Amino acid sequence: MYRIRFHGRGGQGMKTASRILGTALFLEGFEVQDAPRYGAERRGAPIFAYVRADKRTINERGIIDNPDLVVVADDTLIPVPAAGVLSGIDAHTVVLINSDTDSQTWSQRLATPATVITFRMPEADEGHGESGYTGVACAAAAARLIGFLTADNLEQAIRKELGEHGATVVDANLRVARASFDSLAAHAAVVCEGALRSAVDYLQPQWTRLEAEAAAVSAPVVRAAANSELSKTGSWRVERPVIDYERCNRCWWVCSTFCPDGAISVDAQGKPEIDYDHCKGCMICVAQCPPHAIAALPEHAAQLADTRS
Amino acid sequence: MTDNLQRTLLTGNAAAAWGARLAGVDYIPAFPITPQTEIIETLARWIDAGELQARLVTLESEHAMITAAGGAAATGVRVFSATSSQGLLYAMEMLYTVAGWRVPLVLVNVSRGLAAPITLEPDHNDVLAARDSGFLQIHCATCQEVLDSTLIAFRLAEDPRVRLPVIVNLDGFYLSFTREPVQIPDASRCRDYVGEFDNATIAFRASAPESQAVAVLGGSPYSYFRYELHLAAMNALAAYEEAASRYEQLCGRMHANVEAYQCDDAEIVFVMMGSFATKAKEAVDRLRDAGRRVGLLRPRLLRPFPLTTMRAHLAGKKAVAVIDQNLSMGLGGVLHTELAAALYGQPDQPKVVASFIAGLGGRDIRAEEFYEIAATVDRAGDRGETPGPQLLYTADELRELRKLQALARAERRQLSAATAPKPAAE
Repeated sequence: MYRIRFHGRGGQGMKTASRILGTALFLEGFEVQDAPRYGAERRGAPIFAYVRADKRTINERGIIDNPDLVVVADDTLIPVPAAGVLSGIDAHTVVLINSDTDSQTWSQRLATPATVITFRMPEADEGHGESGYTGVACAAAAARLIGFLTADNLEQAIRKELGEHGATVVDANLRVARASFDSLAAHAAVVCEGALRSAVDYLQPQWTRLEAEAAAVSAPVVRAAANSELSKTGSWRVERPVIDYERCNRCWWVCSTFCPDGAISVDAQGKPEIDYDHCKGCMICVAQCPPHAIAALPEHAAQLADTRS
Repeated sequence: MTDNLQRTLLTGNAAAAWGARLAGVDYIPAFPITPQTEIIETLARWIDAGELQARLVTLESEHAMITAAGGAAATGVRVFSATSSQGLLYAMEMLYTVAGWRVPLVLVNVSRGLAAPITLEPDHNDVLAARDSGFLQIHCATCQEVLDSTLIAFRLAEDPRVRLPVIVNLDGFYLSFTREPVQIPDASRCRDYVGEFDNATIAFRASAPESQAVAVLGGSPYSYFRYELHLAAMNALAAYEEAASRYEQLCGRMHANVEAYQCDDAEIVFVMMGSFATKAKEAVDRLRDAGRRVGLLRPRLLRPFPLTTMRAHLAGKKAVAVIDQNLSMGLGGVLHTELAAALYGQPDQPKVVASFIAGLGGRDIRAEEFYEIAATVDRAGDRGETPGPQLLYTADELRELRKLQALARAERRQLSAATAPKPAAE
């Protein structure tokens, strides 16, 4: 059985990636199971999706804890524990990361025996943010790494999954998919089908017995006021709004009023400041600013610039 | 490959919508709730595109939705609706009421754990809260089964010996959002299978006032009506067998009231409901590879409870492990309790019927845990002593929970320091 997991952020198309790969495998005669898993159902929040494919009926179900391939669409997710990117990987696993950093560096950082490969998103058409094509690029990359799927299989699956969006969208996705597929030719068929879970030698689960604890401890209650401030929702951002203070006309209210998260504060001089710990990157301020003083930068590029400055 | 040309990848939600479409439903009262909403969205899209001739109405709550469903069914039209979790609970008063009206309709429930704390992922406490309502219950393990069961449910509900509403249950995420290959049967053959709604004796009309369910005082008439409801549900056992057999003739797929997998020569049997049971099936295969005689028994029909079939499959077994994805506070697993009652006093009853609580709020059950359950009850069978109930919860999970609790306390301190009133300026 092949077991593949895609990790990304809400809006990057991980569910679409799993469906394109699932359909490609299904059209090749495989039994298939594909599914997304959401936590917070919000743009930018970590999500994953998975695909199982086998020639036999698939009885396994739910989260894959022994993946043959993990595709990471956004390398900023790797250090986020809740994203579970590295869950269950071992020497058998191939980890494919969309990253500017090279694979050797990632191998050392992660201290993993898994095979680490990095790739870069192919250039998309002008006028589109790259995140719109991340899903299709990841699906194509996964198809290449699995090996036996052809560019034609992939095209058929993309047409089936995205056809309802019209020819322009399909064609743009096909170009990105093709470029992504070709870019990983050197790693074709690096992924091997995983073994069945033996019931002869297995790691015994260490079940524990829960004790009754006082309600003050065991009730699911958080009494701290305004504690949502402590949750750094800024980590969900795919794009970052950046204010150009040369252009900002100190109107004092438009961006801060439209911000749905109250993440823009304005001082007595009318100067706005964005709280990046809590800005989720919805880009409403970018759209609303009258003198167009707020630009949208890809988050990974902005972080790279941060570390260099 | 030719095989896959006959099938398509569908989520459990899409499969439920297909079931309603193929049954030719007339009326769909609706109210959205995760993880069910995709079902009514799919039906609404088909109606909008003219592919389904039905009326879909969004109501102001699930309570109103089930009232509308029952009211419409009482006029003799075919009714379908869907809900989940908190929504099912909100409708609870009307579930009992419309079942008491003896009207046929099909309600899909997408199982999701109940608040508090709130969650999105599945367990069966929601649907089990409706256990005694008079709605019959069919529990599905695959997306194909969701489509097939929805069709079977209409036939069962409308059977004159039964005439009761039916819940078709599927697990949130594990089926609702999971695509699997599903064969969509031919529409005209499905219409023949479900048949025309025979509304001869169901004729509630707005212009012809009649009382729909009268008040009765004194326990005697009440006892009569309620026991008749029970007997109708009992009739559903035979009616279900016929409906399932006819469905097999239509599609070649037999969905018996209980799925027995590798049970005949098994010494150890897992008993569980819903989609997590396919994980148990995989474990049975691997345990068989390892030379262990293990099987799986999965009741598809929970109401009426397939007592005779369950007893027959479990007679003479060494040990039974009931894995409940639900919890009755202050007693334990619901299926375990029901099964123990069913087996009590039977000649040849299993020596050990052990209880495991697992998969609450979608908590995964790993392959190794099934292997360990089999080993545990096997040892218990040797001793002839049933072990106490076991929650599947590891020491690592408890450590992680402790970390969360510690963080919550630390953050509270940090916050109170940050928000403490500042000393007044000089």
